[in-house]
Amino acid sequence: MSRSLPVAMAAIVVATLSWPTAARQTTPALSVPYTKFTLPNGLTVILHEDHSVPKIAVNVWYHVGSANEKPGRTGFAHLFEHLMFEGSKHVKEGEFDTLLEAVGGTNNGSTTSDRTNYYEVVPSNALDTALFLESDRMGYLLDVVTPSTVDGQRDVVKNERRQRYENAPYGMAYPRIGELMYPPNHPYHWPTIGYMDDLTAASHEDVVEFFKKYYAPGNASLVIAGDIDPAAARKRVEYWFGDVKAGPKVEPLAVPPASLSSVVKETLTDQVQLPRIYLGWPTPALYATGDADLDLVSGVLANGKNSRLYKRLVFDMQLAQDVSAAQYSSRYGSIYLITVTARPSSDPPAAVLARLTGIVDEELGKLRQAAPDAREVDRVKNQYEASFLSEMETVEGKADRLNGYYVNTGNPDYFAQDFARYQALRPADVQAAVRQWLPADRRLELSVVPAGK
Amino acid sequence: MTRLSPALVRRVVARSAAVLLASVLLSVPGIDARQLPDRGTPPAPGAPPSLRLPPIERRTLPNGLQVWIVEMHEVPVVHLTAIVKSGAAADPAGRYGLAHFTAAMLDEGAGNYDALQLADAIDFLGASLSTAAGFDSSLVNLHTPASKLSQALPLLADTVLRPRFADGDLERVRKERLTSLVQTRDNPAALASAAFARLVFGPEHRYGTLTMGTQASNTAITAADLRTFHGAHYRPQNTILLVAGDVRPAELMPQLDRTFGTWSGGAAVARPTLPAVAKPAARQIYLVDKPGAAQSQIRIGGIGVARSTPDYFPLRVMNTMLGGSFSSRLNQNLREAHGYTYGASSMFDMRATAGPFVAGAGVQTDKTVESLREFFNELNGMREPTPPAELTRVRNLEALSFPGEFETTSDMTQRLTELAVYDLAPSFFTEFVPKIEAVGPEDIGRVVRQHITPDTFAVVIVGDLSKIEQPVRDANLGPVRIVPLTSILD
Repeated sequence: MSRSLPVAMAAIVVATLSWPTAARQTTPALSVPYTKFTLPNGLTVILHEDHSVPKIAVNVWYHVGSANEKPGRTGFAHLFEHLMFEGSKHVKEGEFDTLLEAVGGTNNGSTTSDRTNYYEVVPSNALDTALFLESDRMGYLLDVVTPSTVDGQRDVVKNERRQRYENAPYGMAYPRIGELMYPPNHPYHWPTIGYMDDLTAASHEDVVEFFKKYYAPGNASLVIAGDIDPAAARKRVEYWFGDVKAGPKVEPLAVPPASLSSVVKETLTDQVQLPRIYLGWPTPALYATGDADLDLVSGVLANGKNSRLYKRLVFDMQLAQDVSAAQYSSRYGSIYLITVTARPSSDPPAAVLARLTGIVDEELGKLRQAAPDAREVDRVKNQYEASFLSEMETVEGKADRLNGYYVNTGNPDYFAQDFARYQALRPADVQAAVRQWLPADRRLELSVVPAGK
Repeated sequence: MTRLSPALVRRVVARSAAVLLASVLLSVPGIDARQLPDRGTPPAPGAPPSLRLPPIERRTLPNGLQVWIVEMHEVPVVHLTAIVKSGAAADPAGRYGLAHFTAAMLDEGAGNYDALQLADAIDFLGASLSTAAGFDSSLVNLHTPASKLSQALPLLADTVLRPRFADGDLERVRKERLTSLVQTRDNPAALASAAFARLVFGPEHRYGTLTMGTQASNTAITAADLRTFHGAHYRPQNTILLVAGDVRPAELMPQLDRTFGTWSGGAAVARPTLPAVAKPAARQIYLVDKPGAAQSQIRIGGIGVARSTPDYFPLRVMNTMLGGSFSSRLNQNLREAHGYTYGASSMFDMRATAGPFVAGAGVQTDKTVESLREFFNELNGMREPTPPAELTRVRNLEALSFPGEFETTSDMTQRLTELAVYDLAPSFFTEFVPKIEAVGPEDIGRVVRQHITPDTFAVVIVGDLSKIEQPVRDANLGPVRIVPLTSILD
């Protein structure tokens, strides 16, 4: 959930790569050097210097997402994200954007089940502008939020839900996947965008309570990456954030592991031309054992023309318009999702989707029986290696990565370790991951079929 | 930052937050407790950074192929874009979609590789290759680790020079394309944009049909059509190869000589001239039914300008003010003040000949008429004198963000693409900031009077007609016509 769709394509960039001088190594060591410190109020700050282009990325993660919401208030973490742009004690409504635009900066924010991030990208001369805005809303948001502020963004968020889910083809499948794969008391059961009734119910009191509970500096981390002098940047951070008051400690969520004990089937109708099937499995959490293995499974199954499902369903049989397979990793557990959209057919949608599902199961069965070829796995690993390099091309991308690695592993410069997870895997690991995590008899089978057919 | 720097020793200044439940009045080393930030006025930025562009090295191979190289050594990757300066505007009548179909077939088997072998060779390098066609150009993009460049280049050359257009691949891709066109009906935003183009430019004009073409044209196009288009337009004289990334011209040029030097072809290709389209005399409202739609997708506008317009900079600033940024008038009004939408925006799509100007948003169904009124309030409001503070802010946004827009290797080739396709001087980059800063209120007034003419605009709404048709008719904003899907997409 983003606060806004970008009007223009934002640019991003760059890695420091250091080659060990000793060993002959085909892969450069990935490293993004940083300095880290903590303010007395608990705010963790991470700085990374990169002078490639004259700009600076400021990136704040609050360690709260829709998983922290209360029943009856789903969608609140994201609604709150919207409110963070509506002004604070020293920033009038609307000024957050106009002040940044006046210095040539851009901004946005996004909310997931696990975290809320906010970022600004500014020219090198305007670091203070970004820090002023971020520190003011961290310290002084409640001074200005009124019930009418909440009403305004409530309507915007409802329209975000209409645009991205209700009025988008297959859009209502995504909220349903979480509902079907997690029990009602599990924090991943409800969608991050929330339910309309809960958005309607959200009140000014909820805003006050949420801010006091979760928006304290000790529950946040700030990354500044780009055209900075770290010592000078540190002084500016201390200047702007030093007066933000410490808050209570946030206890980590106790989240039970999710599992399915049988096949869960459901059919939705939608205003679409083509039937689609979603097959979903509960899988290991982000960075847990098995997480990277399943990423490689995705590559073997659905990345490129030679991937097994694409080649069979789209290229050879031409029964499908598209196929995707991906591990959607989150902090407390992940979902593995295979999606196939059918080609137009005169057969009933249920029969079409049953046939597609049968072929997916044949391919999963082959992987359970025998490990993939070394070349198949190497092809996927080479793609991962290249994507690690290309992600280094923007300060914005590096800033968000540093923050995410810090929050999820404790180590901001986890690039090499992250990449090593993939390098270490062998074809037999791909086979083992399919056997262990993608059983045919315990999964979600969600069909979306055209209305009135 | 150099790729050969020794691994940096991390300085971690760890002070556990748990030890200190400090108020700001507590004196802590490194923080002057008495220095509270001045939040009374927003901080003033320092002097803006200047544009530091690496030079564009321009070379030409003996066969006339131009090569533009920009060295960027921060990350060991290379982005190449082969730009063929012909696109959908060159499609023959009855074959709309041919340029797009040709581009789509380039990587479906080329040279000694069939479709699967070619994909495997590219994927195995960790490279990615994609093709695209717009109205004025066709592109092949290759992104590769620098270490794999010498292996990737011959694959790029095969794709551009020697596509196979094999019958089996053609029929497979044809089915894929016909299905994509069917799916257009599912997406209200895509449908609204397609309807707007068709209703503003008409069924005959090339801009009135998707670059991808129609069901009929995609059914009719043959392998011979593809080969004819490829032979006529994919020529070294009609192509510019852009390279940005971790390369050195002295090492790259011999490789390009080997891979692209043997390419032969006739002379440069004349750019097609599309007919001018007359402005309509009056506003017209078109409704497209999408039963059950939770939102109405609105598009309002008309014929805009060509990329060659002398008013490029005033139009750019004016549009950013109207609907090209978060703080733009349309977004502030429809999203922030009224909450009718998740976002409202506007744009001039500048092409070789005048493309569309369009403003639009997805708005909640029960606020369709209210939203239309606010759109017209803002469009008409542009005729009022421009407040100086707003003009300054918008000019700053355009000018000050510009130096940061050359960050990645693909950013760089995208920027150069605009120069290459529209024959702009390289000084376009260096003149950009001063020309933005020179835009004054009278320039804004002039381009508004010329191009923002709400009384002649077309209004296209894709939504649930059972709920919106009567209110739109009752609002008396202009004559209303209901348009069937077939007359938009066929």
